[in-house]
Amino acid sequence: MHERTLLEQAQALRAGEVSSVELTRSYLERIKAHDGSINSFITVTEEQALAQAEAADRAHSAGEAGPLTGVPLAHKDIFCTRGVKTSCGSRMLDNFVSPYDATVVERLGAAGMVMLGKTNMDEFAMGSSNEPSHYGPVRNPWDLERVPGGSSGGSAAAVAARLAPAATATDTGGSIRQPATFCGVTGLKPTYGRVSRFGMVAYASSLDQGGMLGVSAEDCAALLGAMAGFDSRDSTSVDHPVPDYSKEMAQPIDGLRLGLPKEFFDDRLDARIRAAVEEAVAAWEGQGAKPVEISLPNLELATPAYYVIASAECSSNLARYDGVRYGHRCQDPEDLEDLFCRSREEGFGAEVRRRIMLGTYALSAGYRDAYYGRAQRVRQLIRRDFQQAFEKVDAIAAPVSPVLPFKLGEKMQDPVAMYLIDCYTIPVNLAGLPGLSLPARPVDGLPTGMQLIGNYFDEAQLLGFGAAWQRETDWHRQVPPEFA
Amino acid sequence: MDLTAETVRGIAQLARLRPSPSEEERLIQDLDAVLEFFAQLSEAEVEGIEPMAHPLEVDQRMREDEVTEPDRREDYQAIAPDAREGLYRVPAVLDSD
Repeated sequence: MHERTLLEQAQALRAGEVSSVELTRSYLERIKAHDGSINSFITVTEEQALAQAEAADRAHSAGEAGPLTGVPLAHKDIFCTRGVKTSCGSRMLDNFVSPYDATVVERLGAAGMVMLGKTNMDEFAMGSSNEPSHYGPVRNPWDLERVPGGSSGGSAAAVAARLAPAATATDTGGSIRQPATFCGVTGLKPTYGRVSRFGMVAYASSLDQGGMLGVSAEDCAALLGAMAGFDSRDSTSVDHPVPDYSKEMAQPIDGLRLGLPKEFFDDRLDARIRAAVEEAVAAWEGQGAKPVEISLPNLELATPAYYVIASAECSSNLARYDGVRYGHRCQDPEDLEDLFCRSREEGFGAEVRRRIMLGTYALSAGYRDAYYGRAQRVRQLIRRDFQQAFEKVDAIAAPVSPVLPFKLGEKMQDPVAMYLIDCYTIPVNLAGLPGLSLPARPVDGLPTGMQLIGNYFDEAQLLGFGAAWQRETDWHRQVPPEFA
Repeated sequence: MDLTAETVRGIAQLARLRPSPSEEERLIQDLDAVLEFFAQLSEAEVEGIEPMAHPLEVDQRMREDEVTEPDRREDYQAIAPDAREGLYRVPAVLDSD
């Protein structure tokens, strides 16, 4: 069963070929057998999963099942789950059991899906390699010496190793698309505001967006339909109708204009990844899409602007962790000041503290205009670049990562080198656009891939391009040999 | 950039962090490198460009002033490091004498 896509499993459940309890048990067994080598889960919720699976089976027998009822999935440990630890990969929240569910968790639960557990991640989603987690690094199922990408590295590795048919994830600067490409799975970062942020632990609120990682573009479409939609509990949730993505994505791509921004195909890009992206563009062209060269002139400034904005918002969002209401508290504080400072110093890891410091500096008196103000103006320039591009094209194709999955430890000593890994994903978050990451032809056994960037709320069209590519190829269906 | 230990200590104080002396060294080095990277922004031509705070131009929504959440104080305080009788306990803020 684990070799099937999520939608194929849903079909098998409807046909009575397998029960949800059997399917859930088989994944729990796979997690037990294989997760030791990749460390993709922080918490496995066996008991709850089996209870949800039993309820799903009852719904199926009663004829009350929905299209996703009984299919298992994993949640990134950034989504609050009532009664189950939500650590966000941090010592700060190692003891945090949320009193409520995130909207995403609530909606997928209401759709009848079974939660297998919570996946590992870079602490507070701040990272691109999944090394800075309180629970240890996640390893790439295609090569255990290499990183799975981040920050949704646990979700991506779990789906790649088929320890879950799909997983929720979040993307602030590339945290869905980059691990998707490193692990050879499909990942969608929806338009900002499309999926509720309620109950999703905040990192940089004007950039954070929930989405998912799955095997195929069709699987992502089905999950997006269940997750998306207005939520009054998220002040930046957008009240915009949710289309039937599975139906709309079936539109042919014939005649659509596909932009190729020359700044994304620069000398930072590994030539082998470029070749993989070009192969996909040729396949889309073969199906009637029209490649058009375009330019996004301010791309170079996106990465520094992003790290100013993300650090500033992080320093403000993470001020809530004070050792008073929940989370880590230091032993025997001398006074209130000591309680705040030591709880935070002990509870946060090195990268989180670094970004809090950077953000505090960028917002401090005398520097705010030079850093934060300027970065917000650059952000406007980048949005304009995209808006002008979308006057000429329907979607944009680009690489996701300039490099192949790198080795553990390779970039941990150099924060700027690590930040530049996200240079092709960050501009999409700054503009708030949707992006779909798709597996392409591997290089020396390592996954590669590309992303499609769409205009606001054009997820269905991106998914349509994804399905068109995945009909011609089977890279997305390949399972790492050790996990077959 | 040439960050001083004094600046880093001031920022740490604002952020309620307390780096050890050896970490302070490391922070100075790392922050210096990142701030140098940020310096690229000074080359951007942003004269007359409106700052962008949010991807979508949406206004803050207002809602009816109605109670929508049940009172779950006990659930919320059950996860506090130290709460008693509905209050969060912290070290004394005022001198006892």
